[in-house]
Amino acid sequence: MGDAVNPTLRFLHDGNIVEIDHAAPTRTVLQWLREDRMRCGTKEGCAEGDCGACMVVVASLNEEATTLDYRAINSCIQFLPTLHGKELITVENLSPAAGPLHPVQQALVDCHGSQCGFCTPGFVMTLFAMYKSGAPEARSDIDDALAGNLCRCTGYRPIIDAARRMVTLERPAGRHAQPHGAATSDEERSAIETLRALNDERSLHTESRKGTFAAPTDVDAFARLYAAEPHRRILAGGTDVGLWVTKDYRDIDDVLYIGNVEALRDIAVTDTVIDVGAAVTFTELMRVLLDDYPELTDLFRRWASPPIRNAATLGGNIANGSPIGDSMPALIALGTRVLLRHDHDTREIDLESLYIDYQVNDLQPGEFVKRIRIPRRRPDQLVASYKLSKRFDQDISAVCAAFSAQVEDGRTQHIRIAYGGVAGVPKRALATEAALIDKSFDEATVRAAMAVLDEDFSPLTDMRASADYRATATRNLLYRFFAEATGLGATDVYTYAR
Amino acid sequence: MRAERELELRKAGDDASDASRVDGAVGTATPHDSAVLHVNGRATYTDDIPEPRGLLHAAFGVSTEAHARIRGMDLSRVEAAPGVVAVITASDVPGPNNYGAVIADDPILAEDEVVYAGQPVFAVAATTVDAARRAARLADIDYEPLEAILDPETALERESFVLPSTTLARGDADMAIANAPHRLTGTARVGGQDQFYLEGQISIAIPREGGDLFLYSSTQHPGEIQHSVAKALGLAQKDVTVECRRMGGAFGGKESQPALIACTAAILAQRTGRPVKLRLDRDADMIITGKRHDFVSHYEVGFDDTGRILGIRYNHASRCGASADLSGAVNDRAMFHSDNAYFLEHVAIDSHRCKTHTVSNTAFRGFGGPQGMFACEQVVDDIARHLGRDPLDVRRVNFYGTDSRNVTPYGQTIEDNIIAEIVDQLEASTDYRDRRREIEAWNAKSPVLKRGIALTPVKFGISFTATHLNQAGALVNVYTDGTVQLNHGGTEMGQGLFVKVAQVVAETLQIDLSRIRCTASDTSKVPNASATAASAGSDLNGMAARNAAEKIKRRLTGFAAQHYGCDEHEVRFDNNEVHVGGETLSFAELVHAAYMARVSLSAQGFYKTPKIDYDKTTLTGRPFYYFAYGAACTEVVIDTLTGENRMTRVDILHDCGRSLNPAVDLGQVEGGFIQGAGWLTTEELWWNPRGDLKTHAPATYKIPCASDLPPDFRVTLLESSENREDTIYKSKAVGEPPLMLGLSVFHAIRDAVAACSADPKHAPELEAPATPEHVLDAVMTARGDTRV
Repeated sequence: MGDAVNPTLRFLHDGNIVEIDHAAPTRTVLQWLREDRMRCGTKEGCAEGDCGACMVVVASLNEEATTLDYRAINSCIQFLPTLHGKELITVENLSPAAGPLHPVQQALVDCHGSQCGFCTPGFVMTLFAMYKSGAPEARSDIDDALAGNLCRCTGYRPIIDAARRMVTLERPAGRHAQPHGAATSDEERSAIETLRALNDERSLHTESRKGTFAAPTDVDAFARLYAAEPHRRILAGGTDVGLWVTKDYRDIDDVLYIGNVEALRDIAVTDTVIDVGAAVTFTELMRVLLDDYPELTDLFRRWASPPIRNAATLGGNIANGSPIGDSMPALIALGTRVLLRHDHDTREIDLESLYIDYQVNDLQPGEFVKRIRIPRRRPDQLVASYKLSKRFDQDISAVCAAFSAQVEDGRTQHIRIAYGGVAGVPKRALATEAALIDKSFDEATVRAAMAVLDEDFSPLTDMRASADYRATATRNLLYRFFAEATGLGATDVYTYAR
Repeated sequence: MRAERELELRKAGDDASDASRVDGAVGTATPHDSAVLHVNGRATYTDDIPEPRGLLHAAFGVSTEAHARIRGMDLSRVEAAPGVVAVITASDVPGPNNYGAVIADDPILAEDEVVYAGQPVFAVAATTVDAARRAARLADIDYEPLEAILDPETALERESFVLPSTTLARGDADMAIANAPHRLTGTARVGGQDQFYLEGQISIAIPREGGDLFLYSSTQHPGEIQHSVAKALGLAQKDVTVECRRMGGAFGGKESQPALIACTAAILAQRTGRPVKLRLDRDADMIITGKRHDFVSHYEVGFDDTGRILGIRYNHASRCGASADLSGAVNDRAMFHSDNAYFLEHVAIDSHRCKTHTVSNTAFRGFGGPQGMFACEQVVDDIARHLGRDPLDVRRVNFYGTDSRNVTPYGQTIEDNIIAEIVDQLEASTDYRDRRREIEAWNAKSPVLKRGIALTPVKFGISFTATHLNQAGALVNVYTDGTVQLNHGGTEMGQGLFVKVAQVVAETLQIDLSRIRCTASDTSKVPNASATAASAGSDLNGMAARNAAEKIKRRLTGFAAQHYGCDEHEVRFDNNEVHVGGETLSFAELVHAAYMARVSLSAQGFYKTPKIDYDKTTLTGRPFYYFAYGAACTEVVIDTLTGENRMTRVDILHDCGRSLNPAVDLGQVEGGFIQGAGWLTTEELWWNPRGDLKTHAPATYKIPCASDLPPDFRVTLLESSENREDTIYKSKAVGEPPLMLGLSVFHAIRDAVAACSADPKHAPELEAPATPEHVLDAVMTARGDTRV
């Protein structure tokens, strides 16, 4: 365990082990498929993980290495070496060229779910991941599962129909056509065996003309390497770093991949804290966090899209510290703390104090976010988070607001408010909190506090909204929190229209 | 909260009950011809074609300024970049440096002046995509900034136009307005829209032999690509061949714009002697290529107590961008649709085609029609609110009549008006009146959320307004085994044209659809084809293909009669068989026999739309062969704290005539509606003060996604309808008209905003798209609030 290094990238594809000796650190899975393998069923629509035309499914061993998890991800921003020890499944794998279609595919044909067809392979793969992980029937769950795929032709109705139809169709032979819950086939068992063999204890460390890709599995090795080579770019889900390459054509020579560090991939729940490893994906986080905070369901459901949540990590989102990152306002409002590590040293700070200024944070060279500690819910705690954007799903906030409060005998005993999108960093509304704390939780106080929000934030105008809109909405969202908490009946249009 | 409702959809003609009909006959809900290839990932788009040996990849170097003179250009770092094989600028274009389809004002590469941020200034070819795109960022260009006009209103003020302003008038609008019992003025503002086809612009140019060139292009108009490339390269048209099997969406964005991509790839291919592929990435595509025009329309209207319009004057100003492109015809169509479904007796429509230092706008589904109708629907809605009447009542009193009040402002008599029937049916099936009452009561008790409802009509003129474009050709080849290759001048962009035309041929020859292969659009098979546009694809190409198939059928009939010694009228083609006198043989047997007897089994078909006759100097006559109709009723809810909004229920009734393929047509109606709804709600184009488009990828430009489909969506094709004109099997065009059903969404939101005002006559000041910001603005105005 520890420092044994493996220079060869290995993953399963088409039933064979692909071995690549000098894998470039930032070559994307999509580039590899289309350019190196001439596998053109997977398309490029945007090269930023926003349209889903490039969707593939990655199957990986579950924690006990007994079954496979099937997750749809955007291949356009996924770096190839992150596939190490996993299986890559593309649209071509679901059915032979002249053979029977997979139920997912047949359902789309039956429902007239394709017009131009360019987005279709991406939808097929998203639907396939649903098929393999328990396809939902409720419209809003189907919408959520499809939120990472854009179709410009159909208007989605036939695709949603296909999502319901696919599980009713006859299943041809073959591993992929067996839905969630079916007995493990021999074929799948053999894939599991192969992946077990690929997942030996050694860390991947590739070297190529284009740079290196180091993927330690041991947290101490990770910390040591980063302290020694702080110029390395930490890569987590790659849903932002991927864009530096595909959009900005930045050179990233040496990558340090956090996704394989075992000790950073767990969530430990104690009586007081939900302790989340930095490499935990949003998909995994939601399963635990929303038990304590169901009010945050919509926020996290609207956090990008399922394929992005399947790849993106909480640690990555937090370390990135974007002023429009949607997890931070809620986590700040909940009083989250972060554990930072540099070589052997660790320190724990409040999440909000990590952020100093636009794109400036408190992380020192060689220091990284190790764990995120979210307090457990307190009894009687009021929690809410609201996101405003032009589109409901998979959009970036113009304003994101989060509230945590405790009201006893009509007085505000505890209040934490944080906003995103209205300052250079995700930020607490300290003046507004002061205007509310220890006061009566009533309309007059809240209206007075709404005016104070202008002291906390000075939003800017950009393509998502004007400064005026942001300022007004910032105030009105505090009012919405009050109205919802006090049962004045306000709900949001999305809940209403569901 | 409401329980989720199952999507309720009715599809006409799902099954062909007539057992004797061939598989895939006209009228059956046959899947798209490429449906299986779409889902199994084996449909080949241009970037999927196996790459030829020695292929180079190209990229544009673009202007960083909205308007500037180029003082100097140092491309040495570009040329020295790894992998670079060639770099070209304007002076390297062998022929005229222009790809303008109508007017020569579109340089392929900028010369001494740049006119929008993102304009191609040079192009580079390199050994990999990555090398080309990286090299293109290394140029050192010295700009002398010039004043930039960045919006149509400023352009109008400065009289900055790409084409002369135009007026369409009938009667005496000013007099009628002056004498009317009621008068209103107002302004309608509607944003542009990016086509956002999922497949970006792409072309591959392959030098062949003797100086000729073959191109793959993702284009709605291979013929124009051929002509543009030939001109740019100084070649004859015979020397250039263009092919397109399919596009990954187009929506008008691949009508004129692909010429820029194809010409650049071709110039680099000719220069290097190597194949060159130019594929724009999403951001380049959205920055470099044109979109739907945004419009600002002022109006002045006079009307009577019922809301009937007595006189109206429009003043449209549209953002054409830096060049004319198709803006002349787009704005003409906006003028022709400023009536929507309403009789405007005394009318004057001024149209200003504004030149701005932004990307040149172009075709997009509806082609100006949606913007004209947007203004018109706002006028009608404003009148209704002013009079305190239900907007539907005011819409109805203004409908065109069938025998009188049936002549359009451009002088065309409407002979097929069915809008009243459609609206009556929809009003009844949606319980419009009861729901309006229920909504009013609900709103009175709901301080934060407000609901709204609107039922709006669509009438859309079918034909190219440029009369000469209304022609089509087809090529039908029958092989000795009785199978068929079908080719025509139309292109497949997902709209299902290929399957519809194949159904026409299957029906004509009475053979199963599986015996027919649709082949790629190809300038060497059908020359000089018009763009697949103006919704006219199946009307034109269906007729041309039937014409070709009938020629072959006539030859086979003649042969059979002679061979079997019977009368021609005793030869009958039926369900893959041919009955000749008393004999029955398979289609394949007859074909083989005909071949042995030296009968030609290949035919070209041709069609030109009859009856149309239009004088573009006076803007009068009959520009349209017929009209397509539809109506939509939408209900929404808005949040008055944030401006967020949502559709809760949508009902659509749309007329496709006698549908060639109800599944395909339903797809066009649903998809068109959602696209129109996106245009008017979430899709916003935003330029910064420097003139840079900042919404140039899906992260920033938001087309609808699955959750934007309303929870209750009921779409019906008008039953027992048929085109009164003699179109292909009495069907109607369906590509563009449904987009404008989206207007009902905007007006439902407007209705909800109106509910926020204490003044029952308040006309909301809502700008499209109805983003949360625009809705909140309108709500605050309605409430008399001021911001900040």
